[in-house]
Amino acid sequence: MAEHVAGCELFESGHRACGGCGPALAARLLLNATGENAIVVASTGCMEVFSTPYPETAWKVPWIHSLFENAAAVASGIEASLKRQGRSEKVLCVCGDGATFDIGVLCISGAFERGHDITYICYDNEAYMNTGIQRSGATPYDASTTTSPAGACSTGNQRPKKDMPAILAAHGAPYVATASISYPQDFMKKVEKALNTPGPCYIQVHAPCCTGWGFEAGETLNIGKLAIETGMWVNFEMENGEVTKVKKVKRKPVEEYLSRQKRFRHLFKPQRRDAEIAKIQAIADRNAEKYGIDIKKKE
Amino acid sequence: MLQITEGSHAVAEIAKFCRPQVVAAYPITPQTHIVEALADMVANCELDAEYITVESEFSALSACLGASAAGSRVYSATTSQGLALMFEVCFNVAGMRQPIVMSIVNRSLGAPLSIWNDQQDSISLRDSGWLQFYAEDNQEATDLHMIAYKVAEDHDVLLPAFVCFDGFILSHTYEPVDMPSQEEVDAYLPAFTPYHRLDAKDPISMGMYATPDYYMEFRYELERAMQRSIDVIKRAGAEFAEQFGRDYSALVESYRLDDAEIAFIAMGSICGTVKDAIDEMRDAGKKVGLAKIRTYRPFPTEELTRALAGVSTVAVLDKNISLGSGGAVGTEVKAMLAGSGITVLDYIIALGGRDVRKRDIAAIVDLADKGVGDMFYGLRTEVL
Ligand SMILES: Cc1ncc(C[n+]2csc(CCOP(=O)(O)OP(=O)(O)O)c2C)c(N)n1
Ligand SMILES: [Mg+2]
Repeated sequence: MAEHVAGCELFESGHRACGGCGPALAARLLLNATGENAIVVASTGCMEVFSTPYPETAWKVPWIHSLFENAAAVASGIEASLKRQGRSEKVLCVCGDGATFDIGVLCISGAFERGHDITYICYDNEAYMNTGIQRSGATPYDASTTTSPAGACSTGNQRPKKDMPAILAAHGAPYVATASISYPQDFMKKVEKALNTPGPCYIQVHAPCCTGWGFEAGETLNIGKLAIETGMWVNFEMENGEVTKVKKVKRKPVEEYLSRQKRFRHLFKPQRRDAEIAKIQAIADRNAEKYGIDIKKKE
Repeated sequence: MLQITEGSHAVAEIAKFCRPQVVAAYPITPQTHIVEALADMVANCELDAEYITVESEFSALSACLGASAAGSRVYSATTSQGLALMFEVCFNVAGMRQPIVMSIVNRSLGAPLSIWNDQQDSISLRDSGWLQFYAEDNQEATDLHMIAYKVAEDHDVLLPAFVCFDGFILSHTYEPVDMPSQEEVDAYLPAFTPYHRLDAKDPISMGMYATPDYYMEFRYELERAMQRSIDVIKRAGAEFAEQFGRDYSALVESYRLDDAEIAFIAMGSICGTVKDAIDEMRDAGKKVGLAKIRTYRPFPTEELTRALAGVSTVAVLDKNISLGSGGAVGTEVKAMLAGSGITVLDYIIALGGRDVRKRDIAAIVDLADKGVGDMFYGLRTEVL
């Protein structure tokens, strides 16, 4: 299978990602959607490190990495240069959640406000994985990370996930979407749509990390699906600030998602923390209500 | 054409004639007049470039990096706090071998906040892999931009370059400047031909990560490029002399050094004051001269050593301080002349815009005569 694929994909096999890496799948899928006429700007993080150990690269489109926090600014310059030269390549940022939610906000805000024609894709594995699973602004409530560890007097990360899509929509981005690697066709369609929408577009793709979240490598797609099915992650599209499309589900209890990941283990062992699980259920309920994801049974 | 112009406007004008395709900059005193002038030129179709009004200096240089990597000649300008904010990007640009030219309108660094001139900002980036040119007057500031692009973009060099000139003292001063025409600049500076660029027709990866098996070789190549740049600077300076009649073929300019006993070493606008003071002291029979450093990076070790042969004492004027060690230039000159028998005395001077007059230069000669140096000169002891 691997041999069959090699040489056909724009994101080449043989890179150094962990088996079952969600972000690696995101890279493969998004390049399937962009095709060859694209330039990728990366941020420092897992994907950059596992895909470009000098002198090897997994990228068969032009690719550039500068720093952790400046991809949107580098992309601004590339876009301006291409415009000057009359070239047609599409410019994409492909960056982690740490680079996007936290340290890169200044550059992203500037690039979106200026209205560059770029597509910014955040692969969201909900923590700083490259440096050893530290919390980010994208880490969900109660997840245990190495800087938000669960302990005798803590249940893990004490803040809810930052609403980055809303922040970028508020910049006037014409197209903002969330996606999941567990729904590849949907993700690729959204990438295409973003590329074909003039102006700065944002896609946040849920990309489960088996190493950081603590699940078996073969479970990546299932975990991504469960996030959607429990309302812990909502797939939607926003056009000019309005939600125009939402993936509806028959919702399962959040426990089905939480109990399969070591980052939430402290909610179940050594004893069950019903109050905390209820708080997380309430977050999912709010998501469901806000976006109207519940498929209602006919009375 | 000779014109009376403000330093900032002369620099903006020459930046325009160098035909950058992308300009990204963020306003900061005393650089603002440059970026305002460039914006005017774009607004009036005098400059055919993308002008990116970034939200910070950090993004200014990052955008320049992207544009350069995509194959455009780029321009930026900053100073002080702005340059400090670019610190991380500066190292990155050099490591990625992007020949970006940036004007540095030298200003001190806070705290305490000061908008006035010294050279602490660019000196603090001395290890970043950028060529550093320092201008004595606005003519030199203008000319060095053309030379900087030519040297930076040379495929034997491929290093970014600062063109440094002193804030207010030069940037806000009206002086006569012989401004070349667009045709003359075009004749000197060819169109940008990137060594490689981001291009979907020929995809490459830039800015990859290197394990210990490769990292050191990248740094070694950078250092080699710095060393190679010495000859390229001399050549570019000689070509400039041929076309424009002003000679920048030397990295060090010697002023009345023959038979000098005491030699000053200085960079930037202070050299004008030093030269005038030297003339007066020479008239009074004092054998003093000046070695003006035009390129601080690469450091002109060979030329400087040659220029100083025969002097007994060197007085270095440092408009900066490497806190805990001494002036940055003085420290390097001491290392360079170790074992030569020449006495090197360092003077930290003119920090944060403190004025320097001819009589100060004469006073330093008196101190040097007595062997007194390695000190802050001109302190107001009453406020200590
Ligand atoms: C200015 C700066 N601060 C910190 C780091 C260290 N660092 C490198 S990658 C990283 C985390 C990356 O997190 P994310 O963007 O979520 O990507 P991931 O590794 O999870 O894929 C950190 C903190 C850095 N490279 N640069
Ligand atoms: Mg992450």
